[in-house]
Amino acid sequence: MSIYKRDLMIYVGISIFSIVLALVFPAYITQIAVMFLMVILAQTWDLQGGQMGYNSLGNIMFFGIGMYVSAIIQIAMLYGWGGVGEYTSASGSIKVEIIKSNYLYGMFIGAFAAGIICVLFAFVFGQIFLLFRGPYFAIGTLGMVLAVAELVSSWEWVGAGGGLSLPVYPAEDPTESGRLYFYCFLAISAICFAFISWVVSTRFGLALNAIRDDEAKAEAMGIRTLRYKVSSWMISAFFLGLAGAIFGNMSNFIEPLEVAFPTITFGVFMVVMALLGGKGTVWGPVVGAVIFHIIKETTWTYMLGYQWVALGLLIIVIVIFFNQGIMGSLAERYPHWFGIKIEEDAEEATS
Amino acid sequence: MWQGIEMLFQHPSVNVKYILDGLFFGSIFALAAYGLALVWGVMNLKNLAQGDLVILGGYFTWYFQSALGWNPILTLPIVMFIMFFFGWAMYALVVKWVIDKDLFTSLLATFGLALVIQQFINLVFGPETQTAVSELGKIKFYLFGGRIVVPEIRVVGVLLCAAVAVALIVFMKRSRTGQAIRATAQDARAAKVMGINTDRVYALTFSINSAICGAAGALVAMMFLVQPFYGITYSIRSFVIVTAAGLGNLPGVITAAFGLGVLEGYANNILGASYQQFIVVFALVVVLVWRMIRLRKARMVLE
Repeated sequence: MSIYKRDLMIYVGISIFSIVLALVFPAYITQIAVMFLMVILAQTWDLQGGQMGYNSLGNIMFFGIGMYVSAIIQIAMLYGWGGVGEYTSASGSIKVEIIKSNYLYGMFIGAFAAGIICVLFAFVFGQIFLLFRGPYFAIGTLGMVLAVAELVSSWEWVGAGGGLSLPVYPAEDPTESGRLYFYCFLAISAICFAFISWVVSTRFGLALNAIRDDEAKAEAMGIRTLRYKVSSWMISAFFLGLAGAIFGNMSNFIEPLEVAFPTITFGVFMVVMALLGGKGTVWGPVVGAVIFHIIKETTWTYMLGYQWVALGLLIIVIVIFFNQGIMGSLAERYPHWFGIKIEEDAEEATS
Repeated sequence: MWQGIEMLFQHPSVNVKYILDGLFFGSIFALAAYGLALVWGVMNLKNLAQGDLVILGGYFTWYFQSALGWNPILTLPIVMFIMFFFGWAMYALVVKWVIDKDLFTSLLATFGLALVIQQFINLVFGPETQTAVSELGKIKFYLFGGRIVVPEIRVVGVLLCAAVAVALIVFMKRSRTGQAIRATAQDARAAKVMGINTDRVYALTFSINSAICGAAGALVAMMFLVQPFYGITYSIRSFVIVTAAGLGNLPGVITAAFGLGVLEGYANNILGASYQQFIVVFALVVVLVWRMIRLRKARMVLE
């Protein structure tokens, strides 16, 4: 059984386990759904940060763009394109009788369009930003997401700083909507895991690793580096767009700075999670996201406003003392688990 | 927006106002960017906490002025002194461990520091915008028959800024320590062989940078506003200026800083203050693309 198939089986096992968990503890279903969102964020970041060596601080932009695209499409499907910006938080949530099938149809179209638009954005932005290397890419993308958040929060048509409110899921009992979003995130994260771990195991993944190790040599070997870099960003953007669209529906209300473009929450979390788990590995981001989310959910509320200071300190500690991450240090100790073959000594080979 | 552009032609004297605004901005950007160029050149550290150090300095000045009633101009050396030791502590606790690691490690570690500083200020002083009012600020100069108002504090601020910059240049060029710093920037190994304690030079460089940022922050608090989350914009501005000017190019840093300041002066007045970050990021992208096109002729990349 190949490593890829084994990984996939383990992930399916985890998914089934989490479904059982969600059925046994229905009160925590939202937390488990957000945990899968974290897995998506960490894994899409790792495709650039870990596999390609392009440490983006602005990948969260696609999350926000996806959220806005999906929200605008859903509102426009109900009310037409004219009055999108009128459904701000001030006017309250949208009061209209919609049936479930309409809602699901709108959500599906919105999420799909969000993914496609994000891919287009990644294509266009990638032509410029992926030319920058090292620290310039990190700072450029950080600036990019700040600038986009600022532009959206002064754009009247999408509700400016006031945000937009989305249609509410017409559920019979309150736990039903939680289950819906849980299954959505579960499905997206499973597809994302399967796709990214497959991509990494192919020639494409090797090209990305070559770019990480030495971009000039990779170019000299005939790899069209920009094309690979942009494609990798487009893959990440697609999944981030989908995740953003579902998250927008889940929170019912979107707003540029805190919900759609949360640079210092999700935008930083995704980097921290991938580093904690070990960047450049398939399982690192997953493990990092799960551990980080559990620690965060259990300790966050007890820190009385000092969460952000703790988060900053956590970044510093991880970066200085735990650079390889959990899976990185495991790979060093048990290389055969990861399919890394170490040449045996001549003596052992003969005996 | 179109009204703003029409204004330019109807009343040409507003140009003077925009350019003056830009020069006031630019003098502060120049200080922060010179600090960044120093740590970048000497220890190859891309400091993302640069802007937050500026804001921290600004909050010290504001605190001394509002709580203790000191004159903000007199607080400038005190803030520099405090920030010098703050920088030393930062170096010993964090920066020391990351300077020999890869670039993203140091970038992320300083980003973590930026987060800690910014949130700490937010918790202690609250998220409101603050300004340190001084007695000097009461007087205003009127130019062009009262059409342009220049508060006296801004003129004094620019002079103070120039004084700090001159002191710094003299220190770097004339003193023995400045010579050691320049030697380390040229070749750290050779400097070590010559008996320079490079670890100490690094600590000193980072502390000096922190003190410069403190001075810039004190001036920001006097001349404009400080707010806990304004730091990141100052960091990006410093990057724009240093990238445009190159390392160790002091006239270039000053020219680029005033250029960015004038650009922002026009953009703020024509587009409005809500496009501030967009303008800065746009300038960053333009500068990076322009440098890349120039380097491409020599088949080189910006690393």
